[in-house]
Amino acid sequence: MRVNVTVNGAPQTVDDVWEGESLLYMLRERMGLPGSKNACEQGECGSCTVYLDGVPACSCLVAAGQAEGREVRTVEGLAEGSTGADGRLDPVQEAFVEAGAVQCGFCTPGLVVQSHDLISRVPDPSDAEIREALAGNLCRCTGYEKILDAVRLAARRRAEASA
Amino acid sequence: MDFLRPPTWADALAAKAEHPDAVPLQGGTDVMVELNFGARRPAALLDLTRIADLAGWDDDGGRIRVGAGVPYARLIDGLGDRLPGLAQAARTVGSPQIRNRGTVGGNLGAASPAGDSHPPLLAAGAVVEAESAARGTRMIPAAEFYTGVKRNALAPDELIRAFWTPPAPGPQYFSKIGTRNAMVIAVCSFAIALHPEERRVGTGIGSAAPTPVRAVAAEEFLSAELDWEGRTPLAVSAAQRFGALVADAAAPIDDVRGTADYRRHALSVMARRTLTWAWNDHAGDSRREAS
Repeated sequence: MRVNVTVNGAPQTVDDVWEGESLLYMLRERMGLPGSKNACEQGECGSCTVYLDGVPACSCLVAAGQAEGREVRTVEGLAEGSTGADGRLDPVQEAFVEAGAVQCGFCTPGLVVQSHDLISRVPDPSDAEIREALAGNLCRCTGYEKILDAVRLAARRRAEASA
Repeated sequence: MDFLRPPTWADALAAKAEHPDAVPLQGGTDVMVELNFGARRPAALLDLTRIADLAGWDDDGGRIRVGAGVPYARLIDGLGDRLPGLAQAARTVGSPQIRNRGTVGGNLGAASPAGDSHPPLLAAGAVVEAESAARGTRMIPAAEFYTGVKRNALAPDELIRAFWTPPAPGPQYFSKIGTRNAMVIAVCSFAIALHPEERRVGTGIGSAAPTPVRAVAAEEFLSAELDWEGRTPLAVSAAQRFGALVADAAAPIDDVRGTADYRRHALSVMARRTLTWAWNDHAGDSRREAS
């Protein structure tokens, strides 16, 4: 089947989509967007988190056909001017780099999208709020402490930028 | 495989009548797992997420009618004050991403004995609104909706449109056993709802029988035992008896998540604790009213 979907601001048409495949599969295998990671395929790990009409969701649990006419924003679409060579990372991405919140990096795209959503809704999140927001994103390397540091740093930067 | 995308409820009923083997799809948090793992290859998927009126609710002051497509996250934010037991259960579902997509309608459709919505729906006396193109609307009490492991009372041409429940007339609590605070399928769960004006207690047990079940004998015992008017403190012996009757109402199995004995024991503890919280709230209201 054909799916019409806006991804990272650009309207796209994707053909030969299998009716039973996930949005994650379509993004990675048909649209050249491998930023969202495929790990558990059952919503347990959060590595495939994307915005669907502005709401974070596990793209492995969204049928590709359900994205028809919707807006998807992936980790590739967070950086400013992300389609150009001079693109600047989103403050959340910068904070993950600076805080050392990235080790193997596999879980990072999902954590970045989910953290991006948190600090856009809750500008100054408590530790409990950060832990709750990231409860569905598994990381087997970092032990999470540096990820918490990164989210706090990103929230601070964001507050400073808007002050 | 067909991918059916009805734009309206009438179109959805027509599609389900024409394709009775089509699997309804809301948030996908159950159905897509089965597809991703090759455990299910339905002839068709019936995407219900385009139907706007499934994603809202009506509250006319009597019963609240909640559309089958309201995700847990919106239910918590928008109805948590009026449906506290269900909202507590909704907060324990999966993770934020799952709660953004998963729905009570989907939980009812899947009818897993471990579904978190079921115990509070049973305790509150909720009613499921099902509809077919051929026979119209059918109202099915939650207690009659679950018919077996992952089986429900729907006919092949029926879809779940909404569920109806009164705003909480008294304290409601939900409790669930799991290994951490997120991403947990219940080892077992329990919900209680006090209906003070009817002098009645409602209960629901999850993940401890082939279907979600009420603990009817426990409800009857407690409804007669409680001092609804005087709101005197709960006798320890009554709370213990209630817990034992709840455990008796379960028919659990040994599995990877826990043993039958553990589930019975945990249910008796959750029943006692949630009753204590609920009764303290009820008694506290009376003190506030008196002062």
